[in-house]
Amino acid sequence: MRRFLSALIVLGLIMFFISTLPLIPEFGKASLSKVSRAFIDKDVNGNGGNVQYGVSKDLENGAANVVTSIVVDYRSFDTLGEVTVLFTSALGVGIILSGYKRKKFGREPNFILRVSVGILLPLILLFGAYVFIHGHLTPGGGFPGGTIIAAGILLLYLSNEEFDLSKTVKFVEGISGSLYVIVGLLGLAVSGVFLINFLPTGVVGNLFSSGIVPIIYILIGFKVGAELSGIVAELHREG
Amino acid sequence: MINVIIIFIGILMAISAIFAVESKKIIDSFIALSLMSLLSVFLFVIMKAPDVAITEASVGAGLTTAVLVLALRKIGGDKE
Repeated sequence: MRRFLSALIVLGLIMFFISTLPLIPEFGKASLSKVSRAFIDKDVNGNGGNVQYGVSKDLENGAANVVTSIVVDYRSFDTLGEVTVLFTSALGVGIILSGYKRKKFGREPNFILRVSVGILLPLILLFGAYVFIHGHLTPGGGFPGGTIIAAGILLLYLSNEEFDLSKTVKFVEGISGSLYVIVGLLGLAVSGVFLINFLPTGVVGNLFSSGIVPIIYILIGFKVGAELSGIVAELHREG
Repeated sequence: MINVIIIFIGILMAISAIFAVESKKIIDSFIALSLMSLLSVFLFVIMKAPDVAITEASVGAGLTTAVLVLALRKIGGDKE
């Protein structure tokens, strides 16, 4: 009976899904509102004309990735709250699981695991760093980059019993979290608005462009990577 | 054509979700949940949302499965 009911519900959901598909407009043909158009064109300094990749200079935001320009510049205070939520959940895991000593089995982990971690780990860390450094140019940003780095740290924990990173993790997390707030306070000191983009924005598409956006995304990448590595380390300790 | 792919991936997602609920072993549910996240990554890429796709791939399909497996090991395995 339960199976039948769940299958019926899923069938209904699928029918709903299929019937609503034609409502989604084709790519590039959606009728955008004035606000979305302004966000995409981004040439809001009153010069007129569209933004060209690699040519346009000194725009209001200057990030090639529109999502990043909204998440880290226009709605940066929301992102600060999001980082705080992640910090609170990591704190909860740490409080619940504290007091356990790490159990050591006294034998080496699998040979294949040890050798392949040595080959794979630099590539994983490099990819994570690439994702959060290029957050204003390509898809991605601080949160997925930090998560990829935490997955690499998990591999390190699995392959080496003596490995311990808890002190470094706390240090990196505290430093990067407070630097985020300090960058915001610098904006408050320079221009009178918390977390305003006070640096020059440069040419769209360059690595050094769009002001404080890459700085903040690098800080978020370090903070998220450190927090998730801390969660993984707490869970990895055998009770 | 693209609609056929979207519908196929949606059906596969529904099947893996049912499997995650109905499977007897908890570890099978984790694998099915990871599979569902991976399929939703395809869906996000088709729907032109690469930012959401890369976040879902790293968080949903990658780290969540690892954290769930570690938590399962912490509560003492798959026993009744």
